[in-house]
Amino acid sequence: MYPENFRYTKEHEWVSAEGDVGTIGITQHAQHELGDIVYVDLPRVGTVVAQGKTLGSVESVKAVSDVYSPVSGEVVEVNEMLTTSPEKLNDDPHGVAWLVKLRLTTPAELMNLLSCADYQTYIGEKS
Amino acid sequence: MRYLPKSESERSEMLEVCGAGSLEDLFSHLPADVKLNRALDIPDGKSEYEIVDYFREQADHNATGYPSFLGAGVYYHYRPVLVDTVVSRGEFLTSYTPYQAEIAQGTLTTIFEFQTMVCQLTGMEVANASMYDGSSAVPEAAMMAVRITGRDQILTSRTVHPEYREVLRTYAQHQGMPITEFGYDSESGALDLADLEARLSNQVAAVIVQSPNFFGIVEDIKAAAALAHKHGALLVMVFTEAVSLGLLEPPRDADIVAGELQSFAITPSYGGPFAGIIATKEKFIRQIPGRLVGETKDSRGNRAFCLTLSTREQHIRREKATSNICTNQALIALMATVFMSVYGKEGLRELAEQNLAKAHYLADGLPKRFAGPFFNELVVKCNGTAPEAVNEKLLGKKIIGGLPLGRFYPELKDCMLLCATEMNKRGHMDEVKNAF
Repeated sequence: MYPENFRYTKEHEWVSAEGDVGTIGITQHAQHELGDIVYVDLPRVGTVVAQGKTLGSVESVKAVSDVYSPVSGEVVEVNEMLTTSPEKLNDDPHGVAWLVKLRLTTPAELMNLLSCADYQTYIGEKS
Repeated sequence: MRYLPKSESERSEMLEVCGAGSLEDLFSHLPADVKLNRALDIPDGKSEYEIVDYFREQADHNATGYPSFLGAGVYYHYRPVLVDTVVSRGEFLTSYTPYQAEIAQGTLTTIFEFQTMVCQLTGMEVANASMYDGSSAVPEAAMMAVRITGRDQILTSRTVHPEYREVLRTYAQHQGMPITEFGYDSESGALDLADLEARLSNQVAAVIVQSPNFFGIVEDIKAAAALAHKHGALLVMVFTEAVSLGLLEPPRDADIVAGELQSFAITPSYGGPFAGIIATKEKFIRQIPGRLVGETKDSRGNRAFCLTLSTREQHIRREKATSNICTNQALIALMATVFMSVYGKEGLRELAEQNLAKAHYLADGLPKRFAGPFFNELVVKCNGTAPEAVNEKLLGKKIIGGLPLGRFYPELKDCMLLCATEMNKRGHMDEVKNAF
């Protein structure tokens, strides 16, 4: 369910780094808690964001939640598919429904994020 | 909730609970020098008869019933009797924040109708439940454009109502939205498109124009929109005279329309309360400020109405909301809704034609300052006489004249802005012509 090679935050985002580019999304647990997602607000390409700062927001029929950036970097790509099909976030949050890709400015930040096992413990799906 | 003063016994009861022996005791912690130590100097109570008498006497000083040629953002139009009949119903008149779908289907229906008619009027795809007035709708439109484009500069025409521009500056100074104005063509009185183009850049979020403009001139919205779009900016079209939309092409080329509906059965009342509108394309719906009423189905599958897309709003999104406006101008907007229902598309067109015809009759023979096409207002040169002196002369004949323009446009200090609506009679218009 939760990929081993991802790093996670306590705010329920994930990041998957390849070279100096990190792909960011929200977790399976997050989409489940939010319920039916109706709108995803993403930043513009070129936006520079610091670790822990707001990257965008995800709106469901129940609530609207900010998405915090797990790492610092510059937005190099956003997942345009989500503007027309936000419901994909419910179907495949760890796959096709990634949110943005960042060019990492401080890759060492990945180390202060949760591992797959720690995240699952944190959300109580594994003890 | 009833607002009744407390009785003496209730007061003592409350003081007792507070542990204070008297009112003086309750305020004893205040420094002596900030206390008044005497009763307020106001006259004794008056009888109802005396009060009515007083207000009648004061009302006699008003220029009630005088024909008026003053427009400049507030227009004297006929108010159908039906407007007050509907608006004074208790269900509308006394309800507060009338948005609860469970108990306010009537009000929500009227707001939905309002939004629909505003869209038909402006050629836009979505309109909100109304703004406080036209002037505050303009900065909201500008802030919307800033959010949509990710840019921060605003370009506004000098022919946008001067007081609207003042309100825009007030908002802008705390929003980090630098505002630049561009000029008008001194021959036509319309936008100076060359000046606009020279000031456009990839930093400009919105170009704000008004049509008919403050001088009454109908602007070329298509041309202004094309220039704005060429530079990636949005075009905000402002109107102060809603009746003009009965005749003019809806501003479909604009991205946001912000305007004032006072002309639609809202009394001038010394300048308010009025009702503003903001309308836009559906693709910008997430960035529109204020309340939106949407059509839905209730638990039994019946057509029903409710507030929608509220996640844009302050009570949910806090500091990330699109706007501070968390309400609408429900009752006043209802006046405009009833007005639009009474007139309909054809009626509004006929009304606009009458305005056009009257203003052009008034203009015939007067020294017009501008050559551009005008709707129901025009700038007239006073040829050596001060505009104020012309107004003085007219007031002597119990006629309210126009607006001397020097206050807002020093270069037009010898000019006056005159307005004619369906309310102005030929005889009075002839008197105005003779005063120049």
